[in-house]
Amino acid sequence: MRAWRALTPAGRTGLSIAVATGLYGISFGALSVAAGLGFWQTMALSALMFTGGSQFAYIGVVTGGGSGASAFAAASLLGVRNAVYGMQINRMLRPRRWTRLLAAQVTIDESTATAAAQDTPDEQRRGFWAAGLGVFVFWNLFTALGALLGDVVGDPRQWGLDGAAVAAFVALLWPRLRGREPVAVAVACAMATALALPWLPPGMPILVAAAVAAAWGLWPPRRRTAT
Amino acid sequence: MSTDWGWLLLACAMAFATKLVGYLLPARWMAGPRMARVTGLVTIGLLASLVVVNAFADGARLALDARAGALLAAIAALLLRVPFLGVVVIGAASAALLRLAGLG
Repeated sequence: MRAWRALTPAGRTGLSIAVATGLYGISFGALSVAAGLGFWQTMALSALMFTGGSQFAYIGVVTGGGSGASAFAAASLLGVRNAVYGMQINRMLRPRRWTRLLAAQVTIDESTATAAAQDTPDEQRRGFWAAGLGVFVFWNLFTALGALLGDVVGDPRQWGLDGAAVAAFVALLWPRLRGREPVAVAVACAMATALALPWLPPGMPILVAAAVAAAWGLWPPRRRTAT
Repeated sequence: MSTDWGWLLLACAMAFATKLVGYLLPARWMAGPRMARVTGLVTIGLLASLVVVNAFADGARLALDARAGALLAAIAALLLRVPFLGVVVIGAASAALLRLAGLG
């Protein structure tokens, strides 16, 4: 508890997310082995690919009897948003040399969201690394557990872990909703996501939302007199 | 029967390359007040989108299940100024309890 108190708010947020998300690795490990992948193939996906959506897409295609090529395509398409995240983190942290390679590997939904929700550069950095490295450690640990135990632990949804993910993202969004414009953008992007969901492959609706928000930001401000 | 290691490793390499691309673009492209405004709004848009995907997406369908309950409970907790970890725990507990009750 003392160590927990020694952490800054961003560090605590990052670690909370790391545990909640990491636990979900159990379901990935179990499903991956059930899909016919070997233990080490499952671990390779969690350690090397390390982006949950793409990993689930890869084993999903394999489960459905799809070829390696189509599994590759689905996983790659789903990972495109990570390039957008990389641009954001690069702007916030300006990592150099090998730090940049490490930062790239742990650039995922959770680390980007944690960093972006902080107000100061120091907290952004702490939030990014706490969530990024934390999720990496827990995700791989629990992937191994899931792959080894399989059905014993059962469905992680039974423990409400998907509800934890929802709560984590809305809690990260919440403090940013000050003023009319942020709320309007959030609502517009939420609706764009819901509308795009049935028509686009998984992962793409998030890019649609990002495009809507970017277009909104690039639009000339309506009240120039305010400046 | 296992899947092809070749495609699997290629997919892993592609995932890393995609992440790295964002870091290789010049950081000054993202500097300036206009880009600060855009990135701020994109952050909000991405978070809002992640909330919707995590709460309502069931593959390529929208679904109303225990996760929607978790979303409402989390919002209630935020209105009551519960700290971050508490909100996450409340979200998990409400989804688990709703499922236990046979809802979603």
